[in-house]
Amino acid sequence: MPLLEVQQVHTYYGNIQALKGVSLKVEKGEIVTLIGSNGAGKTTTLRTIAGVLRPRKGTVRMGDRDLTKVPANEIVRLGVAHSPEGRRIFSRMSVKENLEMGAYARTDPPAELAKDFERVYELFPRLKERLTQRAGTLSGGEQQMLAIGRALMARPTVLLLDEPSMGLAPVLVELVFKTIQDINAQGMTVLLVEQNAHMALSIAHRGYVLQTGRIVLSDSAKNLAENEMVRKAYLGEE
Amino acid sequence: MKGKPPPRGRSTLGWWYTATGKARERKMWGTIVGIGGALLFPVVNNVLGLGWEAKSIPITLFIVLALGLNVVVGFAGLLDLGYAAFFAIGAYTMAFLTSTVSPIGFVREGNHVNFFLAMFVSSAVAALFGVLLGAPTLRLRGDYLAIVTLGFGEIVPLVIKNTPEITKGTQGMNPIGYPEIPGLQFAVDPIPWYYLIVAVLMVSVLITARLRTSRVGRAWAAMREDEVAAASMGVNLVTTKLFAFALGASFSGFAGSIWASYLQVIAPEQFDFSVSIFVLCMIILGGLGNIGGVIAGGLLLGFVDRILFDWINGLVHGVGAAIGNQDLAIMDVSRSRQLIFGVALVAMMLLRPEGLFPSATRRAELHAAEEDEGALEQERAILVDVER
Repeated sequence: MPLLEVQQVHTYYGNIQALKGVSLKVEKGEIVTLIGSNGAGKTTTLRTIAGVLRPRKGTVRMGDRDLTKVPANEIVRLGVAHSPEGRRIFSRMSVKENLEMGAYARTDPPAELAKDFERVYELFPRLKERLTQRAGTLSGGEQQMLAIGRALMARPTVLLLDEPSMGLAPVLVELVFKTIQDINAQGMTVLLVEQNAHMALSIAHRGYVLQTGRIVLSDSAKNLAENEMVRKAYLGEE
Repeated sequence: MKGKPPPRGRSTLGWWYTATGKARERKMWGTIVGIGGALLFPVVNNVLGLGWEAKSIPITLFIVLALGLNVVVGFAGLLDLGYAAFFAIGAYTMAFLTSTVSPIGFVREGNHVNFFLAMFVSSAVAALFGVLLGAPTLRLRGDYLAIVTLGFGEIVPLVIKNTPEITKGTQGMNPIGYPEIPGLQFAVDPIPWYYLIVAVLMVSVLITARLRTSRVGRAWAAMREDEVAAASMGVNLVTTKLFAFALGASFSGFAGSIWASYLQVIAPEQFDFSVSIFVLCMIILGGLGNIGGVIAGGLLLGFVDRILFDWINGLVHGVGAAIGNQDLAIMDVSRSRQLIFGVALVAMMLLRPEGLFPSATRRAELHAAEEDEGALEQERAILVDVER
């Protein structure tokens, strides 16, 4: 059974249909990426999984648990952490407080929390240096690290990452993707939404291509990177 | 000002801002001086012959109101312009339970509910109305929420005015029961009232200070910044918002019930829009979100409103009499209080928007735009979400 399964999901913004029957699966331990152009529905898919949006049709399942009608604040308790588009860190709180907020839903003892703080500091030493600094004054790259770190603090089973490369300098993009790989190597399952298809496919195991609300291709990341359509449309090659 | 020293080992910036070192010492002394000052005030008043004992009661009572509104506006970031409605609901509940003109036959026949019991019931009823107002406004933010709460604040006095068979309408309700404690004469002496309100005030400070650093306090702060992100962290927006509304309203209900009993007569025009704005001015003047600041702002505005205006009046009358100017000799300065407060509020917003004694978080929030654009972008993103 796949860890996370999205089946024939239709999601609307008012009367505008953003997803027209999206289905995808994420197996335990994978990095799965969702690529596509602006407006294809990548972010909508993630937000539907995270419970921020409700699908009009279709189901989202986590193991044998139906997430479709579970509100966003409960979904994080079921092991799905969402690092949203545009990071949306709490910019007026300190770095430490942002991380603590990430663990808001957890009820396990402080010693367990301390382990996760350590893990986040290890992944992102820059954050540890800036614990008391206001998050809004961090650089874009550091803010992205904080957004990922905050999501990890929930100790999720699946990590949903929305456009972690957005607005970052190329060298930082590489650093962030390297970190995502590290997190995955520690056993975290990742569903990654990216416009930077080249980077995304270089670290993912499998990928889906979204076009105007539909999945048009799904294959291993390696095959997708070699696929002619993908190369032309998303990797900018002739 | 805090009731208890904050827990150790937390970070030094932000919403459960817990002072360390010098700052903590300052806070501790602030608390001691505050409590001492409040307890000793009647003695000082007597020794110096100030004659402020009757004036100190509305001032302290309005600080309780300000602390409650501070939970809604300062902590949870929900702009409530109809706060006086809960004040009215608390006051009328007290009247219903203890007045000889109560619409409840049982009470009218002489079975007055005990004052202290009625106080808690009034507060609970106000909290219930807080939830009733909160529930339909859950999806609203900022200006939209302000408009709805403004409407609620207008509706409540109007309903009271137009249901004379229950509330006696504009005629008002009188008399209203008062506390009966052997040895204390609540009927004639303001001092027991003063201590009763100070006790309520201290409990209010303790509760709000503890809440701010609690789990729900963190949820409020996160919600204030970014609702969607807060929900993704596991914050239940519905219960968190409703709790803020209910708690804020319950403080107002407490204050209202005491107010009704102290004045012995209540009428709908005592609870109009200007009351909501006056309380809002207190917390903005003092510093949104900061309990010590709110108290200071309340003291300052109360002092200006109840005491300073009298002095100025006397001064103006004296000058008028001395130079033989009839207009000056009978002018009532306090009639221009709305104008004076309005000017003061505009000046505050221009010169020191974070208030006189801001909390660290608030100061950071209000000056955030100058430092980084990120916060603004996030705000725009929230607006887009709301429109969807």
